[in-house]
Parts: sequence; C-alpha cells; structure tokens
Amino acid sequence: MRRYLARRLLLLVPVLVGVSVIVFMVLHLSPGDPVEIMLGAQATQADRARLRADLGLDQPVHVQYVRWLGHVARGDLGRSLWMKRPVLAEVLLRFQATLILAGTALLLSTTLGIALGVASATRPNSLLDRLSATASLFGASMPSFWLGIVLMVVFALRLGWLPASGMYAPYGGGGLLDLLAHLLLPAVTLAAASVTIIARLTRATMLETLGQDYIRTARAKGVVERGVVLRHGLKNALIPIVTVVGVQAGYLLGGAVLTETVFAWPGVGTLMVQGILARDVPLVQGCVLVVALSFVLVNLAVDLVYAWLDPRIRYE
Amino acid sequence: MSARVEPADAVAAGAAERSVLVRALARGARRNRVAVAAAAGLLAAVLAAVLAPWLPLLDPDAVDTVRRLQPPLTPGHPLGTDEFGRDLLARLVWGARVSLLAGVVTAAAAMVLGVVLGVLGGFYSGWVETVVMRLTDILMAFPYVLLAIALVAGLGPGLRNAMIAIAIVGFPFYTRLVRGVVLSLREREFVEAARALGAGDAVILGRHVLPHLVSPVIVAFSLDVGAKILVTAGLSFLGLGTQPPTADWGSMLATGRQFVILSPHVALLPGLAIFLIVLALNMVGDALRDALDPRTQAS
Repeated sequence: MRRYLARRLLLLVPVLVGVSVIVFMVLHLSPGDPVEIMLGAQATQADRARLRADLGLDQPVHVQYVRWLGHVARGDLGRSLWMKRPVLAEVLLRFQATLILAGTALLLSTTLGIALGVASATRPNSLLDRLSATASLFGASMPSFWLGIVLMVVFALRLGWLPASGMYAPYGGGGLLDLLAHLLLPAVTLAAASVTIIARLTRATMLETLGQDYIRTARAKGVVERGVVLRHGLKNALIPIVTVVGVQAGYLLGGAVLTETVFAWPGVGTLMVQGILARDVPLVQGCVLVVALSFVLVNLAVDLVYAWLDPRIRYE
Repeated sequence: MSARVEPADAVAAGAAERSVLVRALARGARRNRVAVAAAAGLLAAVLAAVLAPWLPLLDPDAVDTVRRLQPPLTPGHPLGTDEFGRDLLARLVWGARVSLLAGVVTAAAAMVLGVVLGVLGGFYSGWVETVVMRLTDILMAFPYVLLAIALVAGLGPGLRNAMIAIAIVGFPFYTRLVRGVVLSLREREFVEAARALGAGDAVILGRHVLPHLVSPVIVAFSLDVGAKILVTAGLSFLGLGTQPPTADWGSMLATGRQFVILSPHVALLPGLAIFLIVLALNMVGDALRDALDPRTQAS
C-alpha cells in the first residue's frame, strides 16, 4: 500500500504543474490592466511604470510564472485588488462555507443514491424502480439554479418553512439549528442531480453483481437475503460506485457556484463570480486554485479508497 | 447473432455501417414512442427558434412599463410580461435561438476537437499520445463548471467567450471516449489486413476506423447538447454569458429572480423551457443509445 501511495503521489506532480500553468496563464491573458484597476485612470505614466516594475509585470511570462508559483508554494496568493485583503485568508474562509454545502450535498446524494439504487436493483421494474428511472432523467435535465428557485419559492416564500437565503439569520442567528435550516434547501438543490446519477449507477452495478455465481452460492448456503444483498452484493459493487461518488464530489465542489448564487450562500463560488465581475485577477486565481487543488485531493482519496477496497489495484 | 466483419469485407465496412445505422434507428423509433414524441417536440422548438422573425410574435424588446409583470394568460400576452412589460412568449422564442444555437455549436466544437485528438491519441502511440492524454488529464483535473468559469474570467464575460470556454472544457470527454474505441480498433484483424495490403494511415483512419466511431459519437453528442445548454444557461445566469440587451434563457432566469416574490413566472418560465428542451434531448439521446448500442441490439 505504501508503494502504491508513493506512486500515486508522484503522478500528482505533472497534474499539479499543469493546473498551476492553466490557472496562471488563463488569468494572465485576461483583458484589463491590473495596474490601471489598482491605480485608477488618473495615475501618471511614471506611477504605472513603477507599480508594474514592483509587481514584476515588466518581466517575461515564464519568469512571472515561476515567481508566482514561488509565492503560491509559500501560501501567498497575493492581495485582492477589490477587497484590499490577502487572498488566501479570504478564500479559505469562504471555502469552509462551500465545504459545508458540498459535503452535506455529497452525504445526502451518496446515502440516498445508494439506498435508492440497491432498492431498485433488488426489485427491478417495480414501481420504485420506474419512478427512480424517471427521476434520474428529470434530475439530469433540470438546471440546478432553476430547481433552487422553485424550492425557494415554494418552501421559503410561499410556505415560509425555511429561510430563503444566506448561511445564518442576520439577527439572533448563529447556532447549529440556524445553520441547518439555512443549509437544507441549497444542499437538496445541489444534491438533486447527483442522487439520481449515483442511484442509476448503483442499480446497474448491483444488478450485475447480484447475477454472479458467488451470490447464488451465498443464497444456497442459506445466508439471509439482507446479508446477500449488502455483504455479498453491495460490497463487491462498491468500486464503480466509489468512482462515481468521487466524480460527483468534484462536480459538487465546482457546481456549488450556481447553487451558492441562488441562495446567496457565502461560499467560494460566489466570491469567484464577484471577483470576475470586479476583474480581481488575484482573487479569482486564488479561488480557482483552491477548488482545483481540493478536487485533485478528492481524486487522490478516491484512488486510495479503491486500493483499499480492491487489493488487486495495489499490485498492478 | 450479428454478422462479424471479416478482413476481406473490410472495405465494405463503411457502407455497411451506414445502413446498419439507419436500420437500427428505424427499429428504435418503432420501439420507443415516447422518444419519438420528444424528438417531435424538439423539432417544433427548433423550428420556432429558426422561424422566430416570421412568426406572429410581439417585438421581444418592446418596452411597455404600464403593463409590466403581467401574469400568464393576460390578453395579448399568453405567457405574461417581464419587468419592462416585454412579452415573455416572444422573449422565450427569441431566447431559444441563443440557447439552442449555443448548445449545438459548443457541443459540435467540443466534438470535433475531441474526436480529432482522440483519434490521434489512440492511433499514434509515443509522444502524440502522451501530449494528448496529459492535456486531457490536466483539463479533467478541474471541476467542469469551475474551469469553464475560470476560462470565461480569462477571456472576459460574453456569449462568444462563454461558448469558447465550454467547448474547451467539453472536448476531453470526447477524446477519452474516442481514444478508447480507436485503441481497441487498432489491434483488430481488419486494420492489420488493410495495413498488410499496403494501406496508409489516412486510408486506414478514414475507411476502417472513422466509420466505427459514428455510433458512439452520435450518442455522446446527442446527450451532450443538453448538457451544454445547461452549462451555457448557467454561465449566463451568473452574468458571464449573454450580456444585455441580448437574452438567452439563463440570463432571463437571472433577471427574473429579482421579482420572484410577486411574479415568480418571470423566473420560472425560462427555467421550465430549459428543463423541457434538455429533457427532450436526453430522451432522444437515451433512445439513440438504446438503438445504436450493439449490446442492446443483440437482445
């Protein structure tokens, strides 16, 4: 396992370099002169030249990249042009909110998706199975931001059961219950598409697994049906399920931006969109970098879970 | 039992593939009535979008502040009006032009780029394969929507740039798919036979490899157009896609959101339009997959 881990970590290096090059280049090429944004239109030519030299913007691109990477490696993502604060602290603060939202959505979609998938696979073509197939088609076709608005109109504005937006109530809020109440609608919105994807995949792999010889053997041995389905079936069907859960984790992290916008959730997604509209390059770079890094780590975790589930992978 | 393509028949493979395709589609259409209905609905939406200038619609940009935020079924405005009193039906039909075109164009661009790179990466081992696959690995190391947003940040907000970003983010999906198919074809007997007969790379690719890519790529494309419509609408919803006064369904939803308490229809209708179109596309795509997938054909 240790050798597998080392090899897997080594494979991360080119991906991380590639990610950093893309993040740097994309925003380096962005329209708008950061010096002009920082100094305003009234600044003199000499002021601009001095700031440009201070920021290293007069040097060749590869020198700027290496310098930027050096700063990033030391945890210095620069200062936000718009908020005039260090980017890293701001991004990490907002990233917590995104993690809470995406993590809850992942928990919801994984538990519901696997339960629904197993139930559909044990009773194929039942009413539940057909409902779940229809729901998955709907889930894949529905814009998450629209579903969010529909849920908000119904449960927050019409019925008044749940708060419409934000993470805590502005007055007297702040407790765990307050957070959960604010979390429910965005988490359901974000999880909706993933639930259906995980359910469909779980159903397909479970159907395949339940047709294997060892399942028949288990039944012949007299193992109770629940044990056959869960211990012999689900455990062996888990590898593809873990893959899709990993993919969904990334999707939830990136896709959270739309849900965050609908519900004014103070996450890294809303921060990034504000940064783009304010042309705040360092801020946007920081947001993209932090989310992309966390996505890379999620993928690493998924691979390690595979190796743990299936010893054959370790010795490939 | 399906007929196997023997090396001697390889030259006829292209033509045979095409007639197999048509027959499979006809069989699928007979079996799946719902998908045919979805396809008909889709066709109607495309026709309405294309023919919008000649349809008896109100001017989508005509402002009438006296009759703002009228509910659906108001006389003269079957779907009501928006915050400037503009006719929602006309705006939805004109918005369909932008949304549908954006979905088809971005999916097509991603497909062409992805297929070319996938064929290259699958057919040529060595540095070509390494470069292509590392590039797709890196692009896939980003969450999809995040990378699209980052690219728009670099290129600047606007529909054209949003479409470029979505196409770039989308091509690795096709590259992976196509490379897998090409890798398995590369070792097949009929490719070996063609090579033994002296065929060059261009002939092998054009005659013996590309025809086998048609079915999987058609299926992927038909499902992808819907996904691309969703992402484009999402970027417009965030204010990074179409810019006013042009409106697509995503930006209509975004502006309608501000009036959601008193006039929810302004936000809900564009979203419903996106939902129905993408639903129809997915139903047609699923049916195409069932009709063209050899595994379901055999049954």
